[in-house]
Parts: sequence; structure tokens; C-alpha cells
Amino acid sequence: MINLTVNEQPVTVPEGTTILQAVRAAGVELPTLCFHEGLAPYGACRLCMVSIAAPRHALVASCAYPVEEGLAVETNSPEAVSARRLALEFLLSRCPQSEVIQEMAAQEGVTASRFGTPPPERAEELCVLCGLCVRVCREAIGAAAIGFIGRGMERRVGTPFDIQAATCIGCGACAEICPTKAIKIEDRGNKRILHTWHTTVELHKCPQCGKLFAPEPMAFLGEMFPEIEEQWALCPECRRARTAQQWVEQRFTSPA
Amino acid sequence: MKVCSRSDLETLRAKGLSTLYPSRLKVSVGMATCGLATGAAAVYDTLRDEALQRELDLMLVATGCLGYCQQEPLVEVRMPGRDRVLYARMTADRARELIAALAEGNLPTEGALAIIPEEKEPPAGSKPAGGLPRLNELPFYARQRKIILRNCGLIDPTSIEEYIAQGGYEAMAHALLDLTPEQVIDEVLRAGLRGRGGAGFPTGRKWQVCHDAPGQPKYVICNGDEGDPGAYMDRTVLESDPHSVIEGLTIAGYAIGAHEGYIYVRDEYPLAVERVTQAVARAQELGLLGENILESGFDFNITIVRGAGAFVCGEETALISSIEGGLGEPRPKPPFPAISGLWGKPTVINNVKTLATVPVIINRGAGWYAAIGTENNAGTVVFSLVGRVANTGLVEVPLGLTLREMIEGIGGGGLNGKAVKAVQTGGPSGGCLPARLFDLPISYETLTQAGSIMGSGGMVVMDENTCMVDVARYFIGFTMAESCGKCTPCREGTHYMYEILTRIVEGKGTPEDLDLLEEVARWVKMASLCGLGQTAPNPVLSTLRYFHDEYEAHVEEKRCPAGVCRALIRLAIVPDLCNGCGLCRRECPAGAISGEKKKPHTINPELCTRCRICYDVCPVGAIEIVR
Amino acid sequence: MPLIPQPPPPAGGALLARLHAINAEYGYLPEEELRRAAEELGVPLSQVYSAATFYAAFSFQPRGRHTIHVCLGTACYIRGGEKLLEKLESTLGVRPGETTDDRAFTVETVHCVGSCSMSPVMRVDGDTYGRLRADLLPRILRKYREQEAGGVSDEGM
Ligand SMILES: Cc1cc2nc3c(=O)[nH]c(=O)nc-3n(C[C@H](O)[C@H](O)[C@H](O)COP(=O)(O)O)c2cc1C
Ligand code: SF4
Ligand code: SF4
Ligand code: SF4
Ligand code: FES
Ligand code: FES
Ligand code: FES
Repeated sequence: MINLTVNEQPVTVPEGTTILQAVRAAGVELPTLCFHEGLAPYGACRLCMVSIAAPRHALVASCAYPVEEGLAVETNSPEAVSARRLALEFLLSRCPQSEVIQEMAAQEGVTASRFGTPPPERAEELCVLCGLCVRVCREAIGAAAIGFIGRGMERRVGTPFDIQAATCIGCGACAEICPTKAIKIEDRGNKRILHTWHTTVELHKCPQCGKLFAPEPMAFLGEMFPEIEEQWALCPECRRARTAQQWVEQRFTSPA
Repeated sequence: MKVCSRSDLETLRAKGLSTLYPSRLKVSVGMATCGLATGAAAVYDTLRDEALQRELDLMLVATGCLGYCQQEPLVEVRMPGRDRVLYARMTADRARELIAALAEGNLPTEGALAIIPEEKEPPAGSKPAGGLPRLNELPFYARQRKIILRNCGLIDPTSIEEYIAQGGYEAMAHALLDLTPEQVIDEVLRAGLRGRGGAGFPTGRKWQVCHDAPGQPKYVICNGDEGDPGAYMDRTVLESDPHSVIEGLTIAGYAIGAHEGYIYVRDEYPLAVERVTQAVARAQELGLLGENILESGFDFNITIVRGAGAFVCGEETALISSIEGGLGEPRPKPPFPAISGLWGKPTVINNVKTLATVPVIINRGAGWYAAIGTENNAGTVVFSLVGRVANTGLVEVPLGLTLREMIEGIGGGGLNGKAVKAVQTGGPSGGCLPARLFDLPISYETLTQAGSIMGSGGMVVMDENTCMVDVARYFIGFTMAESCGKCTPCREGTHYMYEILTRIVEGKGTPEDLDLLEEVARWVKMASLCGLGQTAPNPVLSTLRYFHDEYEAHVEEKRCPAGVCRALIRLAIVPDLCNGCGLCRRECPAGAISGEKKKPHTINPELCTRCRICYDVCPVGAIEIVR
Repeated sequence: MPLIPQPPPPAGGALLARLHAINAEYGYLPEEELRRAAEELGVPLSQVYSAATFYAAFSFQPRGRHTIHVCLGTACYIRGGEKLLEKLESTLGVRPGETTDDRAFTVETVHCVGSCSMSPVMRVDGDTYGRLRADLLPRILRKYREQEAGGVSDEGM
């Protein structure tokens, strides 16, 4: 076990825990956008930054930083607060239409951005490039149907060539995990239309054997990603072959 | 042939010596990328054809870069028993004359830069030909100390024998046959070698961590991405002395227990890729790479990966991801690559120059190396001295030399005698230091304290014709374009800083913009995920600190003191000076200049794009920049 | 471990090497070739496409017969690389990234080709030209035009 302090309050957590988890264990709130328990740390949005005062001085992204013995974490140091505010102010100027971002920014006292508005072609932008959709599709589902396209300010998420993604199974995990509701999905008859991905999928093809069947909740997925429980399932036969228990074990014994 | 022992190495060494110091006439042409850029290929062809025609028996070889790029194309002539003579700025015509003279048995002094004294027993009483200075007496070379560049320009980079003749692969043999991995690490640690890729992390310590880390297999990677736009140290080493890097990488692999190495080479360096590929193949052929090297029981192989044009891939975690087939996207550290790197395994990643230094340390000992340079800053660094400086080139100096000795001594001061205003070190991650700080000794710590960084060796000199606001905007434009876009501060922040700086150079900036610029710069530096974002603001912060007056002139007076920012200048022809030659009219890309032959010309300000091409071409200096 | 089992990753550097090979053969990355690369290397297509759009070395547009890279690295920028670009733009009538109508030249910018001591520098295909000035460009372009016309130019720079 590792001992540290969060805002001067002592906390003890198991080794390998992130600072973010320790902060939350201490009952302190911190905003996050790109973090999800079921996925590898990513450290991109920079909302969760905290100061560590000892053993050395630094500003770190808490979601990706493993705890160390004797760490003194401060979530409200001037640097941490200003880093968070500026990140939200910039995200607000990137996605002025996003209610989620508006609310998160307001929580930090940011109600308007000094950094301008997006160009007309991106006026409706909701995506904050947290990468959760790309990562859940790849790391958790294994379909790897979507990815990042381009780099820098041009970076966006999408399917190869911006056309129907052959490997998309229509699970909807991406849309569910998206913190800003940027991914548009619609069920119409026996079709699921993933507008953002230019992809239409028939309901519901088993990813293991390919058989069509009606979607039903899946217990083990629900534990890991409660939000996609109703969206995705193997067909009953395949599910039997590969139980929830097996999967959970695999997840925790093999390095991500 | 397979090299199985030290005596096999001796055989190759003898062969190398016979081509390095042949008993017949030898002419070497510097054919690294710089030389080629100024016509070395045509010189080479002329030398060959002319010699053939005159039936002159000569050994013609292509070598690498001697570092004095200002004087390229460089040609070196060695007559048996005499000191070598170095000819500068060679042209095809002069090459023809040279061969004619050589055919007569003469070593002309005309156009000669210096002589290179023969290390191999110069005959007693030999005098430098024609009173020429020795190469190491030229101001450009006098303060230099060549360790990393020890072979560059002196050997044929495609000849492993010549590398061996210079003592190459001796260190590898010593490490593999006589030393334990722990002893190798200890030697490097005690030498005080610090990473030459920029951050200056102690190399021995990095190796130690990786050596101790659990997990197999382990990997070593040579970082040859050299992303700094305006620097070419690593290219030169890879092109001119590829085996030094291969030997260093192999020793690193032995030290940490890795059997697989990678050399990641920047895409824009096709010749370096070619040379390294060829060198690895040759080492493999001779058994200096592969299984059971020198019958030591140690196996080691090297794969070459060619980058694809992304500055961020120089960052170690991005480079690793790029090798794995992913995006060049950095990930948070810890864990550091020495613990979890390529494919999640312990991995050491070192710069080209760091690795090229390793064999010398093993050969000559930690104590010898540690005595060079200063306390905590041992050894030598290579700088590519470029920009508005008289002598451009590749320079290797002991740490602790001052910036002034570097720029005024070795560099010979500003271009065309102009006063130097600033120097930029560390490329897009570094800062601009003003002339008044030139007495600072060069070390990792002093440069960082002053607001720049040592970096990998870029050193760009600037004078009164360089606008510091424009330079800051240039660098932010670069990092903005090279940001991978993963994290918010770097992606959004560099973009916004670029917007502000653009407003300022267009004369639309306000004093509040300067405050906002600084606020955003500090945040990007503090909050970005990887080194790219964390250092991207340095050019802005350092110019705001040292050249605030230039920002003020742009913002408050709408004036660009250096006469660079297009929106703030105007070009005009002084009628009394113009002789009506019409050159400017022909060269103006906007068709903005008109006038009759032999009559003063005029510039139409409506059409003029302020590119200043006319200003450059006017033979009589009749065009002025109105600020 | 994802729900859908994944093939083993490709060998180190294999994807980049493949993309280079395709780009060298076609001058750009045709969709079909990217799909085939994904299949043969066992890499998700999304990953291949991400890499293809991330790196500056790859293009999705066919190029002209000669590619001109004007260096805008620091050393070249400080010594007037932009002027070369501007002259080239007006001479050829194209902007960076574009190809002339006769498909002879594609103009690109590059951040350093490692010949900074010779700045400003430009690269045409594999040839690097250093210590340039705007008024020297027409001669260089002519050399490539003449080569195409079948004539041999011995105009070494
Ligand atoms: C944006 C960025 C670019 C970098 N580029 C290079 C590079 O081109 N070459 C290099 O050796 N190191 C580069 N580095 C540093 C590497 O991450 C790493 O520290 C270095 O290769 C370690 O080698 P060393 O210890 O021998 O210096 C870069 C770092 C950053 C953040
Ligand atoms: S679409 Fe949503 S989940 Fe995907 S990157 Fe954008 S904000 Fe994140
Ligand atoms: S700092 Fe820039 S380059 Fe580094 S991860 Fe963030 S966006 Fe990418
Ligand atoms: S080049 Fe100079 S002298 Fe000639 S017309 Fe132009 S301004 Fe006049
Ligand atoms: S939640 Fe930590 S960086 Fe996004
Ligand atoms: S390339 Fe020859 S001296 Fe620089
Ligand atoms: S800056 Fe142009 S070649 Fe390096």
C-alpha cells in the first residue's frame, strides 16, 4: 500500500493506483474528459492536472500518474486551477455549442472564452478529441473501426476514407462513451445508422460467428462499461463459449 | 570472410590503412549532402574524366563531411609522402586545372585552404606545402576537438576497413570479450556522458535502469530523427561515419542485454538511410553483427526504420509508437521507456551522437573523457552553426566554451561583417539569446537558465536583418504544424499563439495581445503532455524576455525594426542610384516593377508583395526597405 | 484484451516501410494499396489510414514527374527561403502542394533537408541545390525541362 496526501488529507491506496483514483478515494472532485476506468491512461485533455508539492514540484496529469510513497497532491494550487481553467476555456472556444463543456467550464468559473470561435466549417463541433471512442473501439471491442485522421488542429476522428467502416459491428460503444455526445447513432428498423461514421449496420451480427441475432444485454460488459450494456452482445452460443469470467480474468492478467 | 577474432580485425585494419594511406596519388571529394548541394558530384565527375583522359593514376574517393561546409565543395589531395592539401570551393573548371597540375607532379597552392598533417609518420623535415596553414590552425578549427566527428570527412563512409583502420570496432571487441555488461555501464557512468539528444540525461544511468528492469526481450534504439529544422549534426554522422553509430549501438545492446536494435532515421535524409543500410549489411556480412559476434556468445541485429516526416517522432515515446506501426503520438511518462518501451519491454533510446561517443569512451577510458569539458558537463558537443554567420559549418567543441568563442571565434562573426544580434539554440524547443549573454559558457544548465536549451546542436545566428517577432512566429508556426494534436494545450495553444503573433506581424496587435501571448505560452509550457508542447513556447517566451522592444515597436508603432514584416514595410527605388539595368523588373515575381532601360525604375506598391527579391538582386543597392 | 481477438502486431517498422514502398511506387497512396497493406500486415485499416494521414511524407494525390521541395527550415528561412518559394510560385503558377498543369512539377515545402550550411536550399527529386537565390531558379527548372525533352543537360550546379 502507498501513503500519500491529497489536499493535506492522508490517503492509502494500493500500488499501481493513479493519482486520480487516489484523489477520488479521498472524496475530492476533479473534472476529466479523456479518462475511463476500463481503458489505458491517455493523458490528453489535461483537465485532471494537479500539483505535487513533495517529494518534488511538478504539475502532472493525475489520470496517468502512478502514486508514489509520500506524494503530496494539491488539486487546488494556483497552477492546477489555472491549467484547468485555460484547458476548459480553450475547449469552450473549440466547441462553443457543447452543453457538456459549457457546464464543466462554468463549474470552474469560466463562462466565456477569450480565444475566439471555430471557423464556419466547424461551428457545430462537439468533439473534444478525447479519443475515448477510438480507444474503446480498439482496446475494448477490438473492432478498430475508427481512428484519428490527420494531426495538430486538423486532427479528427473518423473511419478510413470517410466511408462505411467494414469492421464496425455497430455496438455503439463509441457513442455511449463519448463525453460530449458528439457521435450520432440512430436505429431504424433492423438497421443501425452510425451517421458520424458513414456506416450502417444490420442488427445484429455476432462478432464471433457472424450470425444475426437480436441484441440483448450482456452481463460482463455491463460491469466494465455500464453505459454500453444494452448495446452489444455476442450471440448466445458464442457467449457460452466465452464467459464473462474468462474475459474479466484476461483483462486483469495480461498487460493492457 | 567472417571476423571471428581480434586478429581478423587486424587483417581488415591493414586493408583499411592501404586505402587510407595508399602509395599512389589519392584525391578525396566531400560528398555528403552539403557537398552535393554545392556541386561536389560535378567536381567528382570532372576529376574522374580528366584523370582518365590524362592517364593519371589516381585513387578517387568520395568521403563525408569535414564540417567546414562554408568552403564546400572540398577536395583533398594526398601525394604519397607529403602532407595532404585541402582545396576549398572547388568547381569543375578548377578541378580540371588541378588534375593538369597533378599530372605534372605539382601540388598547387592556389585555392588551397590548408594542409592536413599526415598522422602516419610524416617524413622528417617535410614542410607544409607553400606556407599554407595547417587545418587545425585555422580559426574555424582551432578551438574544436573532434570526438564524435573523429572520422567524418576523413574516411570513406562505405569502407568498413577504413573505419577499422581508425580504431573502429576495437571498443566493441573489448566490451564483448573483456568486459561484463556491468563494467561497460560503469565506464559510461564514470565518463559522465550525458545524452546528446537534448535533455542531457546521464547515459550510464539510463542503461543501468534498463539493465535492472525486469522483462525480456529488451531493445535499444538509436534516435536519428533529427527534427530540428536548421540542424544537421546527426545526418553528418550517419552519412560520414555510420559504423561509429552501429558500434555504439551494439555496445549499448550488450550493456543492457538487448539483442535487437533499431536505427530510426529521418525521412528527409535519403543518403543517411542509404549509408546506414549499407553499413549494417556490411557489418552483418563480416559477422560484426549477427550471431555470436567475435565468438563472444553475444547476438545482436539491427533494423533500420525510415521516419516519415513528423518532428514529434523525435520524442522517444512517439518514436517507439511509430516503430510499432502506430501514429507518432507520445504517451505520458512514467513509465519511462527504460522500464516499458518498445512493445512494452525495457528499451534504451539514445541519440546518434551519444552512441557515436560510446566507443571512444570504451577505448580511452572514463577518466580521459571526463577530463574534457567541465564538471557535470563532460565531453564535447556538436553544433551546426548556421544562419547569418560568416563561417557556417559543423563544429565540435568541448563543453564550457562560451557562446562568443563559438560565434565570433569559430563562426567569424556576422555575415558580411554585420553585428550579430542573437543566437538561437535548441531549435523549436529552444530560445533566442541576445548578444549581451554571449559570455555564457555552453552547458546544459546555463542555457536552460537563460531560457533556451542545449538541444541536439542547432545554433542559428541572427543579425539586425532578423526580426525576432517574425522568428517567434516562425517557430510557433512550425510546432503548430508538427503538434500531434493529442493534448489540448499544445494543439489549441500553439494555434492560438500563432494567431496572436500573426496579428502582431500584420500590425494589428494590441498591448493586451502581449499579455495574452505570455499567459497562453506559460500554460502550454506547463500543461502539455510531451516535450514538444512543453518546450514549444520557449522561442516566444525568450523573445518576449530579451527583445520586448521589438514586440513593442510592432504593437505600438506598427513598425518592424528589422524591416522584415511585410505589412509594416515598403520597398522603394532610389532614383539617383538606379542605373536602369532592369534586373529587378525581371526578377520581381509580382510584376510590380516598371521602367525603361537605362532609366530609373519604379515599384508599384499596390502590386508589390514585399518579398524583397529585388532588394537582393539589385547590383547597385538602389532599392531600400522603408520601415 | 479486446473482445474480438487481435492478430499479432507487425514487425517493428514494417508498416512505415510498406507505406514508403507504396508511396515510392505510385507517388501517392492509392486506397486499394492501403487496404491490401492492412490485410497483408494484419493491421487494422483504421490504423493504416491514421498513419497515412499523420505523416507528412505521404500524399493522397498523384504528383508531377518532378517534386520540388523548397526548404523552409530555420536556417533557410532566416536566409530567404521564402523568396525562393515566392519566385517558384509565380514562375510555375502553383502553390505549395499543387502540381503544374503539364504535370511536370509538384511544389512542396520541407522543414530542413540537412544542408543548412548551404541555405537557402531546394531539392528537386533527389538533387539538392544550395546557396540559392531567386534569380538562379529558372536555370534549374530548365535543366529538368530539358531532361524531359530528351536533351541531356550537363549544367552542373
Ligand atoms: C519534440 C521532441 C523532439 C525530439 N527530437 C529528438 C531528435 O530528433 N533526436 C534525438 O536524439 N532526440 C530527440 N528528442 C529527445 C528524445 O525524446 C530522447 O530524449 C533522446 O533521444 C534520448 O537520447 P539521449 O539520452 O542520447 O539524448 C526529442 C524530444 C522531443 C520532446
Ligand atoms: S467523438 Fe467523442 S469520444 Fe470520440 S474523440 Fe470526440 S469527444 Fe472523444
Ligand atoms: S504536447 Fe503536442 S505533440 Fe506532445 S502529445 Fe501534446 S499535442 Fe502531441
Ligand atoms: S536592379 Fe537596381 S539598378 Fe536595376 S533597375 Fe532595378 S533598381 Fe534599378
Ligand atoms: S483526464 Fe487526465 S488528461 Fe484527460
Ligand atoms: S557536407 Fe562537407 S563540409 Fe559539410
Ligand atoms: S534549414 Fe534548410 S536545409 Fe536545414
